[in-house]
Amino acid sequence: MNGVHDMGGMHGLGPIVHETDEPVFHAEWERRAFAITLAAGFLGRWNLDQSRYARELMPPAEYLASTYYEHWLHGLERQLVDTRLLAREEIERRLGGDRAPAAPAAEADRARALTAADVPRALYKSKGARVAADVPPRFRVGDEIRTRNIHPSAHTRLPRYARGRRGMIHRDHGVFVFPDTHAMSQDPKPQHVYSVRFAARELWGPEASPRHFVHVDLWDDYLDPA
Amino acid sequence: MSDDHDHHPEEPGSPLTDVQLRVRALESLLVDKGLVDPAALDVLIDTYETKVGPRNGARVVARAWGDPAYKQRLLADATAAVAELGYMGRQGEDMVVLENTPTVHNMVVCTLCSCYPWPLLGLPPVWYKSSPYRSRAVLDPRGVLRDFGLDLGEDVEIRVWDSTAELRYVVLPERPPGTGGLSEDELADLVTRDSMIGVAKVEAPAQGARR
Repeated sequence: MNGVHDMGGMHGLGPIVHETDEPVFHAEWERRAFAITLAAGFLGRWNLDQSRYARELMPPAEYLASTYYEHWLHGLERQLVDTRLLAREEIERRLGGDRAPAAPAAEADRARALTAADVPRALYKSKGARVAADVPPRFRVGDEIRTRNIHPSAHTRLPRYARGRRGMIHRDHGVFVFPDTHAMSQDPKPQHVYSVRFAARELWGPEASPRHFVHVDLWDDYLDPA
Repeated sequence: MSDDHDHHPEEPGSPLTDVQLRVRALESLLVDKGLVDPAALDVLIDTYETKVGPRNGARVVARAWGDPAYKQRLLADATAAVAELGYMGRQGEDMVVLENTPTVHNMVVCTLCSCYPWPLLGLPPVWYKSSPYRSRAVLDPRGVLRDFGLDLGEDVEIRVWDSTAELRYVVLPERPPGTGGLSEDELADLVTRDSMIGVAKVEAPAQGARR
């Protein structure tokens, strides 16, 4: 989607604020938001691409005015409601101060709840998005490509600034799940991901430095031969 | 770039904000329903607050500076090479290390969200996740680097890596001059988080300011 999250190349978003000796979390609620998001993810009801899409659906004015873990919280709440792990009314009642215990979740979901003992394995043996599938690559290192000029209304990882542009295949990373379908229907549609090298002048015009390049990781479905 | 930051500390006795109430509501409901175990939350938080952070990446960089064979493995297959030192897992399942040299400077961004190599650098700092950095890094990297106090000549090639897929990028900064006699631990102490994102150089011991 052409959302405000896709901000590469935008102007006017303010100075970069670098904090000396920055703590990992700035408030207790950030710790809790981080941890419940990870823990709920391990229930296996949604994948990482769906989580990203859920955050992208935050209304743009709200997205720009809120902090990082507020984006996470927005996404988490949306996913919990969409998968019916929580009901919207339940959340509103609890926000209103109702402390009556909530009904237990389905046994199948409870059985998947992450325990403290599970955490190291869950984090360190994480499998990632690489797929052991024998999918032929459409391009080889050194090939000239042009990215597709597409504007899907749903999730995509092809940033706007890199659409319809000529680049060169710099490296073939292998076969990965395709986020555009994985986020919408959990269809992995495995395909090659490449590091594509773009000259800044191709992206930003003749005033860009000739010694500035941008490398973007892109899937076969985003690319055509140049 | 300024050094102050408008985060929201929780003052004891002050009323809870909307976001604090919302986190509390979600957490308490998830625990009630048996979907989240509070003990697991504590372990998750402790892992990224005290165990996984930029010291991991600094150890990898120091090893690469002192061991040419290791450096070669690191640049060829970073995921396997960092696993030799015990670093692996979530948000670092597939890693790539980029070598900075006097003529090529690499820097890393995620314009679409906040992708970052957790096993080597921990959770990203606020500026990395913020709109100003995400918007400017790909368009005006020299300007961004100047804001960080790094003025690279026009003769240096800048490569910006936008982490749009599940590859996680770490910069291998240049080893500063005058560090020939240092041990691996002493070298690791020089390596900053920002140098491994590619927005700073590693400074020689005398003038090293940690970021």
